[in-house]
Amino acid sequence: MSIEEHADTPLKPGLRAEIDAWVAKFPPEGKRSAVIPALHVVQNANGGYLTEELMRAVADYLELPHTAVYEVATFYTMFDTAPVGRHKVNICTNISCMLMGSDAIVEHCEKRLGIRLGETTPDRRITLKVEEECLAACVGGPMMVVDGHYYTQLTPEKVDEILDNLE
Amino acid sequence: MSEKAEATGPALVTIEVDGVEMQAPKGSMIIEATDRHGIDVPRFCYHRKLSIAANCRMCLVDVEKAPKPLPACSTPVTDGMKVSTRSERALKAQKGVMEFLLINHPLDCPICDQGGECELQDLALGYGRGVSRFSERKRVVKDENLGPLIASEMTRCIHCTRCVRFLEEVAGTRELGGMYRGEHLEISTYVGHGVHSEMSGNIIDLCPVGALTSRPYRFTARAWEMLSHPSVSPHDSVGSNLEIHHVRGSIKRVVPGENDSVNECWLADRDRFGYQGVYSDDRLARPMIRGESGWEETDWELALEEVVRQLRGVVDGHGADALGALVAGNATLEEQYLLGRLARGLGTANIDSRLRQADFSDQDRRPPFPWLGLALEDLERQKAVLFVGGNPRADQPIINHRLRKAVKAGARVSYINPQRHEFNYRTDQHVVVPSAMVRELALIAAALLDLTGGEAPGGLDTLRDGAKPGETHKALAKELRDAGRGAVLLGSLAECHPQASALRALAALIGKHADVAHGVIPEAANLAGAWLAGAVPHRQAGGIPEKIPGLDARDMLEQPRKGYLLLGLEPELDCADGAAAMAALRQAETVICMTPFVTGSMLDYATVLLPVAAFGETSGTFVSAEGRWQAFPGVAQPVGEARPGWRLLRVLGNLLELDGFDYNACDEIGAEVERLCESVQPAAVSEWRVPPVVRPEKGMQRIGAVPMYAVDSVVRRAAALQQTPQATDISVGLHPSDAAALNLADAEWVEVRLRGNSVRLPLRIDDSVAKGAVSVPSGLRETAALGPMFGALSLKRA
Repeated sequence: MSIEEHADTPLKPGLRAEIDAWVAKFPPEGKRSAVIPALHVVQNANGGYLTEELMRAVADYLELPHTAVYEVATFYTMFDTAPVGRHKVNICTNISCMLMGSDAIVEHCEKRLGIRLGETTPDRRITLKVEEECLAACVGGPMMVVDGHYYTQLTPEKVDEILDNLE
Repeated sequence: MSEKAEATGPALVTIEVDGVEMQAPKGSMIIEATDRHGIDVPRFCYHRKLSIAANCRMCLVDVEKAPKPLPACSTPVTDGMKVSTRSERALKAQKGVMEFLLINHPLDCPICDQGGECELQDLALGYGRGVSRFSERKRVVKDENLGPLIASEMTRCIHCTRCVRFLEEVAGTRELGGMYRGEHLEISTYVGHGVHSEMSGNIIDLCPVGALTSRPYRFTARAWEMLSHPSVSPHDSVGSNLEIHHVRGSIKRVVPGENDSVNECWLADRDRFGYQGVYSDDRLARPMIRGESGWEETDWELALEEVVRQLRGVVDGHGADALGALVAGNATLEEQYLLGRLARGLGTANIDSRLRQADFSDQDRRPPFPWLGLALEDLERQKAVLFVGGNPRADQPIINHRLRKAVKAGARVSYINPQRHEFNYRTDQHVVVPSAMVRELALIAAALLDLTGGEAPGGLDTLRDGAKPGETHKALAKELRDAGRGAVLLGSLAECHPQASALRALAALIGKHADVAHGVIPEAANLAGAWLAGAVPHRQAGGIPEKIPGLDARDMLEQPRKGYLLLGLEPELDCADGAAAMAALRQAETVICMTPFVTGSMLDYATVLLPVAAFGETSGTFVSAEGRWQAFPGVAQPVGEARPGWRLLRVLGNLLELDGFDYNACDEIGAEVERLCESVQPAAVSEWRVPPVVRPEKGMQRIGAVPMYAVDSVVRRAAALQQTPQATDISVGLHPSDAAALNLADAEWVEVRLRGNSVRLPLRIDDSVAKGAVSVPSGLRETAALGPMFGALSLKRA
């Protein structure tokens, strides 16, 4: 693979510094390990989602094949590859939460927001993410993660309150 | 285990598989042992040339004392291990895996191109259930366009990842990957930019199902109705082994023939898809004679009589020296031999195959045939390689593949070229204008002599043009000297260089003083054969020097002859100077074209057209760059009334009443040449002789490299290859600083002028081109009018 110049990269110096801080945590031959934090850095700076251009820039910066970065970005549900709303709502639907009634929570959210899982409200306020895997809070099921914050033991009323407080 | 114990422990362990005791190298996998002993273990993802993924789980076997079945592909053998591949537990596991694999696999075998040669289909017969227990909906995966060579039907994919691993590990371009996850996993490029590797076609063979199939071959035949015959690739001097699949004499596709010493189990796309050119619309079906009232089709008898009459006319009227014979470098050894004998029988040694070369000054001192200098297989064991003039990735993809393996094993490969190329491995590339390549090599030689204390041979100082070796030259010289195993190789561009003899002499000098191999890579499939068969003007078959050498390819065109015999070439595209070739042919009285194809320009200059068999249609022999003789049968039915070249030349020899043209079969001719070459040993140039110094003309220098899909008349007609980006991007490459200096930075089209000829082409600003040089590819209709591959040119906005 050719190593491209970084001159016209969309990775601005501030972002590069943040990525460099992550790269420094790994041994030099393990530079590729910084791909997940680097994608987070870039995604956060881009309104919560990744573009092809950004993924390629991360790949070039970490000297990885483009495809390898696409693989990572599409594998993890914490990365979005299409525009999203201002807030990401992830409702756990894995087994413990499901047994505790997460289906009803999903249904309630969908009705309340007028969108299906995987969609964004027309005012681009909220994206209801399709959450495939366990979010590691079984003890508090049903639960959801909103913009990185955990909300447990959900009820429809509690969900309404949380959603209403989102800008 | 400590390193020492590991090293001294037994190299082989004994295992027992299905009651059979066998030995296997320590650390090898169970499946390698079973494969070696012919015990069949089902598998999809395992491939002996690829890394182990163990993701299909089909090869689960029963290992004694193991709590559950283990994948044979990723379980190392241990001493005393007892494996059962057919026990109830093993079979149950395999059947279970098969059931899962079939959950999402469509039942579309009747309309699937892989049907009949599908690994999944075959194994489902043995391990699948008659009826599926799944009533859920199968998943559907959207297809993406992978380009003109590979058709995809990704719903059929079982995610073995062989294609992903091949592209990453062997082709060195990670163009495919596993996107998304779990049941959403898709093998894809994600961005839909296609697969562009020059070796991409191999993923078609690797795919165990019908997810990746050959686009050109698609729906044209079924596996069971085809016959398979071995052949050899006519597109480069590697001599890749092929299997031609045909239905009643019509070639349907080409797949690799396995030969670990040559192409392993891979094929370059050019070798795989080139066959399409055989069935191009412009095949010449019947002999044609130019009469009073224009071209007329005729029968063979009349045509050959006419050829004899015209040849006699030239010889009787102007002397035999007025005749010139040019034969393609990828014609068979037999054709080259017979044409050489025919020309000599008529009284002239004016015959040549080195059509793209320009410097023949050292031909008498050259070894019996242009030789790679080492075995193809040994390329990957080199520690340092200096490659001068050429882009093996395009010119000889399998050589590039071997060099890539060397680099992966720690070798350093350096290039001296007028243009930086994109390689699929780490390289050092030194980019200079074409004329400076000699100086660079001379400086490396000088640095090497400084290092070894050797004495500079006469003329070296002239070649280095007063310059002193720089750090790069010293480093390269040291690298080669310290390599132990190293090589200096001259690629296709070096062989066609106007100062090729100087490059060869310098490569030999470096080879000698660094104690490394040196050699050349002939630019055509059977150029080595041409030397051995006497299709060169200075040597007869077997390398016997000609008493009075004939004219070389260049002189034959620059000193126009009255009559020409052409076999298998399109002179305007296959000669070093297409414009000179056309001028010479147009003025000739007689031009006999023995050709598979008829072109507009042939109708313009030829007097008789004789249809000859193309690739696959004739038997013959090719001698590769490493000196490997490979004979192959005629497989396909020649189109129309075309005849194999050797038959045609044999009859012509008889009609001309020349002695010794009574062959009954092609292999008699091959055997005769082989006898003549009995004592021939491959060799490299050894003695130093001061090469002639050529001062470059003033001005921007042309780099007229031949693009990978323009090397010969068959490839140029291979429809699918011609749609690849490698073929469609025809432009003039100019360094940005030159573009600025010439005020062309914003020009879209330029007019290129070279020796009074001009063509108009799109401009590409490209910093990979040497400053002072311009990349204008040759071998293309678009640039044929321009003339020589190298030379001073001028550019202006158009």
